[in-house]
Amino acid sequence: MQRIGVFVCHCGSNIAATVDVKRVVETVKKEQGVVHAEDYPYMCSEAGQALIAAAIKEKNLGGIVVCSCSPRMHEATFRKAAERAGLNPYMVEIANIREHCSWIHKDMEEATEKAVILARAAIAKVHLNSHLQPGESLVTKRALVIGGGIAGIQTALDIAEAGYEVDIVEKTPSIGGRMSQLDKTFPTLDCSACILTPKMVDAAAHEKINLYTYSEVESVSGFVGNFSVDIRKKARFVDMNKCTGCGLCQEKCPSKKAKSEFNRGLNTRSAIYTPFAQAIPNVPVIDTESCVKMKTGKCGLCEKVCQAGAIDYSQKDEIITEKYGAIVVATGFDTINLDQYGEYAYNESPDVITSLELERVMNAAGPTKGHLERLSDGKAPKEIVFIQCVGSRCDDHRGKPYCSKICCMYTAKHAMLIRDKYPDVNVTVFYIDVRTPGKNFDEFYRRAVEEYGVNYIKGQVGKVVPQPDGSLLVQGSDLLDGKQIKMRADMVVLATAIEPEAGVRKIATMLTASIDTNNFLTEAHPKLRPVESPTAGVFLSGVCQGPKDIPETVSQAGAAAVKVIGLLAKDKLLTNPCTAESDTLLCNGCSVCQNVCPYGAIGYEDKEVNDHGIRETRRVAVVNSALCQGCGACTVACPSGAMDLKGFSNRQILAEVDAICR
Amino acid sequence: MPVEKEFRPKIVAFCCNWCSYAGADLAGSSRLGYPADVKIIRVPCSCRVNPMFILRAFEKGADGVILCGCHPGDCHYSTGNYYARRRMTLLFSLLDYLGVEEGRTRVEWVSAAEGVKFSTVMNEFVDKIRSLGENVRLGDLRCKN
Repeated sequence: MQRIGVFVCHCGSNIAATVDVKRVVETVKKEQGVVHAEDYPYMCSEAGQALIAAAIKEKNLGGIVVCSCSPRMHEATFRKAAERAGLNPYMVEIANIREHCSWIHKDMEEATEKAVILARAAIAKVHLNSHLQPGESLVTKRALVIGGGIAGIQTALDIAEAGYEVDIVEKTPSIGGRMSQLDKTFPTLDCSACILTPKMVDAAAHEKINLYTYSEVESVSGFVGNFSVDIRKKARFVDMNKCTGCGLCQEKCPSKKAKSEFNRGLNTRSAIYTPFAQAIPNVPVIDTESCVKMKTGKCGLCEKVCQAGAIDYSQKDEIITEKYGAIVVATGFDTINLDQYGEYAYNESPDVITSLELERVMNAAGPTKGHLERLSDGKAPKEIVFIQCVGSRCDDHRGKPYCSKICCMYTAKHAMLIRDKYPDVNVTVFYIDVRTPGKNFDEFYRRAVEEYGVNYIKGQVGKVVPQPDGSLLVQGSDLLDGKQIKMRADMVVLATAIEPEAGVRKIATMLTASIDTNNFLTEAHPKLRPVESPTAGVFLSGVCQGPKDIPETVSQAGAAAVKVIGLLAKDKLLTNPCTAESDTLLCNGCSVCQNVCPYGAIGYEDKEVNDHGIRETRRVAVVNSALCQGCGACTVACPSGAMDLKGFSNRQILAEVDAICR
Repeated sequence: MPVEKEFRPKIVAFCCNWCSYAGADLAGSSRLGYPADVKIIRVPCSCRVNPMFILRAFEKGADGVILCGCHPGDCHYSTGNYYARRRMTLLFSLLDYLGVEEGRTRVEWVSAAEGVKFSTVMNEFVDKIRSLGENVRLGDLRCKN
């Protein structure tokens, strides 16, 4: 029987307004083993922690229960406080009487009763807690960044600048990401390529950064500080070391009908290609789907013209295994598929385009060489309609419930740039709300309206109908005037919702990083740990975590880098002591536990046991505590009840069940 | 005439630390209420829940038991929730056979971002248990006064 102290926090009025904390204190005092109980307005404050420390020493407490907020919030705080007072940190249990009680119940009687029961469960558990000691593991001082867009590049540069090795894995043939597809950036109208390419060059030239382009992460094993990652280097069919990037192969390639991914399918490219002129590395890849040589065996023109002899049709995918201490996910975004949005005629008319396609149209290196023209007939448009929130803030199954955040600003940018370059073009924007929180953002939007005369209409567009004369009829509503609007347009631009890049779920699964219903990766804490995944050693950078613009992405990329540097700067990490443990006497070596263990943490050894005076050697399970992550799958699978989980033992959980059902 | 006391069920919810417990926290911080009858026990993973824990809860007088874990494919430990799903399918059919109605047990996937879902599920589950009334089948009579 432990000597237990119970500390009930008021959390200001967060708990005390709905839970009668005094009554909780008085009631738990009657529990078995409780020798001390008190309440305090802020238990997590320095004074509150001092109170706990004093009680541990004075009353010689063997275990404590803190009735406060979620253990996900302050368990670490109270464990440290206990440790400073000389108590093993794992002799602390938290009763969550805020998130699971005071905040969700209104009736004081009910909430107080529940708080008492939750406290009782924690007391019952702490009686059975044992003194646990964390182990140690070494840290591999190398980081992996998945995704070579601006988020990945910035994270890699910041980590490399601190002196650590970084690998970037990028699935496309070049780094640069979405930002390389943009023409100008808001709110300064900087040329996107002009500010991005120097960073791309920096990353490629940095002695600590290694680029794996046209590569994908194949599998991940291990844990924080000790990840092992298989990377698939897809066959480029071009020798990276020999290629000089002259571009002759692309020029001579007879197969030029493949859709250019970089230009969003608006024009075509050759079968051997670099996605764009400033690509890094400037080494082309052969797209086997459209290469004549690959399909029929006849052609080989690129090989003939390549003076460097870099073309190698026999190249195969290569799997590389690397060790990392930390992994950063920077997989970015794509725009949603518009097949479900028939009303906007996107699939019917080439003159209905997405905003990202407009970026390519307005870019000098784009399909129209930067001239604003209709993709159907090449004529200059006179009337352009922008439609906001296509698939964003959408409750039905077709769209996304969230705000894509960047659309209001890029639409203002597009409208402004068009009006600046082509003052005779009329620009109309249909919007639900204009959202411009950001430095110089609202000023920018107001310039679009006030100086450039962009016509903003609050209302949604119901239908876009292609007309026989080639124009588009836009039917919408003006909510402020309460009128239906029918207008003719030459071009319609859809501010299409953004969503995480398609492959992110697969990557998250490999990393066991949690992901939300919209496929955005989840943060360890939405406010206080926004760049860390709940999975230790996995960090988040850029839009994979939630919609954001370039400045926000770059800030988050830097923040993620700092977290990685903080981790890699350590030589050793403390490991979670709540691992599985096998009772040698009960184990019969059946291997069931080994089969369910996702970490390969269970092995078998021949051990000498003394079973009721009989000495014999038995094959028994042994848990490698450095590999065990403490899920507990083996504890339930074990048919002889030999396997148990420290910190969440069978007896501890049963004690909680008993206390709750009492 | 004595007034019959309103039936307040005892409900045990096992929540995995990474998704559902966090989802319950989010329900709390978003002030999305559900009845106080639900008491949550934190486990590292849904696969930590031994069928024995659920039997014990019923034996000790619980009227309903719910197990919440990460969505399939999102388990922090890769595969834990799949084990939990299979074990519970077996256990629940056994319980049904023993006369513990199907509705008294439930498995639900709640992510860390699904505070609304957590609250909705708990409200539904409590309603269901209230409609089923007190669980008498597995209760150990020695546990009653």
